[in-house]
Amino acid sequence: MPIIKQKDYKTWKKFDRKRDLLNWLCWFLGTLIFSLCFGLISSNTIWFYVFNSHNEALDLLGRMIPPETNYFYTLIKPIWDTLNIATIGTTIGTLIAIPLAFLSANNTTPSKKFIRPLALFCIVSSRSINSVIWALLLVAVVGPGVLAGIIAIGLRSIGFCGKLLYEAIEEIDENQIEAIEATGANKAQIMTFGIVPQILPAFTSISIYRWDINIREATVVGLVGAGGIGIELDAQIGDLAWAKVSVILLVIVVAVVFSEWITAKIRKAII
Amino acid sequence: MKDKKVIWERKPLIKNKLLRIGLILLISTYLLSVFLTTEIDWQRILEGIPRGKNFIFAFFPPDFITRSDEILAGIFESLWMTIVATIVGIIISIPVSLGAAKNIAPKFVYFFSRGIITLSRSFQEVILAIFFVKLMGFGPFAGMVTLSFSTIGFFAKLLSEDIEEISKSQAEAIKSTGSNWFQWINYGVQPQVMPRFIGLSLYRLDINFRESAVIGIVGGGGIGSTLNKAFDRYEFEIAAAVLIVIISIVMIVEYTSSHLRKLIK
Repeated sequence: MPIIKQKDYKTWKKFDRKRDLLNWLCWFLGTLIFSLCFGLISSNTIWFYVFNSHNEALDLLGRMIPPETNYFYTLIKPIWDTLNIATIGTTIGTLIAIPLAFLSANNTTPSKKFIRPLALFCIVSSRSINSVIWALLLVAVVGPGVLAGIIAIGLRSIGFCGKLLYEAIEEIDENQIEAIEATGANKAQIMTFGIVPQILPAFTSISIYRWDINIREATVVGLVGAGGIGIELDAQIGDLAWAKVSVILLVIVVAVVFSEWITAKIRKAII
Repeated sequence: MKDKKVIWERKPLIKNKLLRIGLILLISTYLLSVFLTTEIDWQRILEGIPRGKNFIFAFFPPDFITRSDEILAGIFESLWMTIVATIVGIIISIPVSLGAAKNIAPKFVYFFSRGIITLSRSFQEVILAIFFVKLMGFGPFAGMVTLSFSTIGFFAKLLSEDIEEISKSQAEAIKSTGSNWFQWINYGVQPQVMPRFIGLSLYRLDINFRESAVIGIVGGGGIGSTLNKAFDRYEFEIAAAVLIVIISIVMIVEYTSSHLRKLIK
C-alpha cells in the first residue's frame, strides 16, 4: 500500500503504479473480449425481435394472468411423478455413486493406474451430460414416461455424488483406519468400521443436496417426454394455453421452495 | 454369571427405537405407493431394448467430418454465449448479492433481492430459455439472456452468503474513517469476498458452458442447436460427435477451472 507524495501532502492509494497498470490491462483485455464476443452474438441476432420483446412480454403476461386455477387439480399426478423421479433417481444415483467413489478415491482404489482413471471417466461423463440430454437419449431407448426420467436423473446424479463423495473419502482420518487395522480387521471390516462412519455425514448431506437439485431437474426432463410436470408444461406451451402455463410455473416455484425448506430442516436435524 | 460373554454390538444409527421403526415404515409405504402409482410399460421397455441397441449402435462411428463446419460454428457460438452471459450475469448479481446480505441491506431490499434469487433459482435454464426464445426470437441472444438470468440466482445466493460472513471489525474500521457507503463496500467488504468471488465466477463459467448445450435444444443457439438438428435429421453419428466434443470441452474447462481455483487459493 504505497503512499504517494504530491508536492506537499501525502495521499494513500490502494495499489502501486505497477499493480495499477496491470489492473488496467486486465480490465482492458476483459472489455475487449467481452465486446468481441458480444459483436459475434449480435451479428447472429435479429434485433427487430429483441427490441420488440417488451410488447411481446406484455402480451404474454396478459394471456397468463389470471391463471386458470381449476387446472391445478390435473397437476396433482404430474407433480407426484416429478417428486418420485427426483427421489428414486437420487436413490439410484447415490447407490451407484458409492462403489464408484471408492474406486476413484486415491486411498481406497484397488489400482491407481487402471481402475481409477476408468472410474473418474464415468464420473466426469455423467457430470458433463445434462439430464435433459440423458432424458432425450433414454426416451428413445425405454420409451416416454416416468422410467426414462428416473434413469436420466439417476445417471446424472452419479457424477455429482461420486465426485463429492470421493473427495470426502480422500480426506478421511488415517489414524482411525490404522486403529481398526491394529485389531486385526480384514479389508471389508476396515471399510465398514473405519471408513464408512467417517464419510456418513458427508454422504447424507450430499444426497440431500442432490435431492434438492433433482427436484428442479425433474421439472424439465418431461420437456423431452420423460415424465413429470414437464410433459404438461410442454403440452400447454404447445397449445398456447398460457393461463395454464402460469399455473404450472407457480406449482414449480412452490415445489422448489418447499424442497429447499425441507432440505434445510433435515440438514439442521441431522447435523 | 461366569458363562456370560460380553459382546460388542454396533450402535444403531438412530438411537430412538420408535423413530427408527417409524422411519422404516414411512419409507416402505412411500416406495410401495410409488410402485403402485407409476405406470411402467414393461412391454414397451422389452420392445425398446433391441431398439435401444440399434439406437446406440447408430452412434458409431462418430462422424466429425461431414458437418465439421456446423459443429465448429456451434461450439464457438456456445463459447461466446457463455463468456458474455457469465460477465453480464455477474455484473447484475453484484448489486443483488449486496441486497441479499442481511448485514448490509435494509429489510425491504433484502426481501426484494431474495425474491429475485428465488425466482431465478426455481426455474431450470431450459424453461427460462423457452420463454426468452418466445420473447426475443431464436438465436444466441435469447440463450445469452437465459444464462445471464440463471447466473444471477446462483451467483448472488452464494456471494451473499459469503458477504454475510465477513469480519465485522474490518468493515467497521473502514466506516470509522468516515467513508461513504461506496467506499465502505469497496474497501471494507469487497477485499474480503474477493477469493470467493473469483472462484464462483470460474465455477459459473463452467456451468454456463454445460447449460449452453441444453438451451440450444429449445432454440437458444449454440452447440445445443447443432445437437438438436442432428437428432432431428436422424444423423446419430453426428450427434455422437457433438456429444463427444461437449464432453471433452467440459472436461478441459473443468480441469482448467479447478486448477485455476487451486492456484488462486
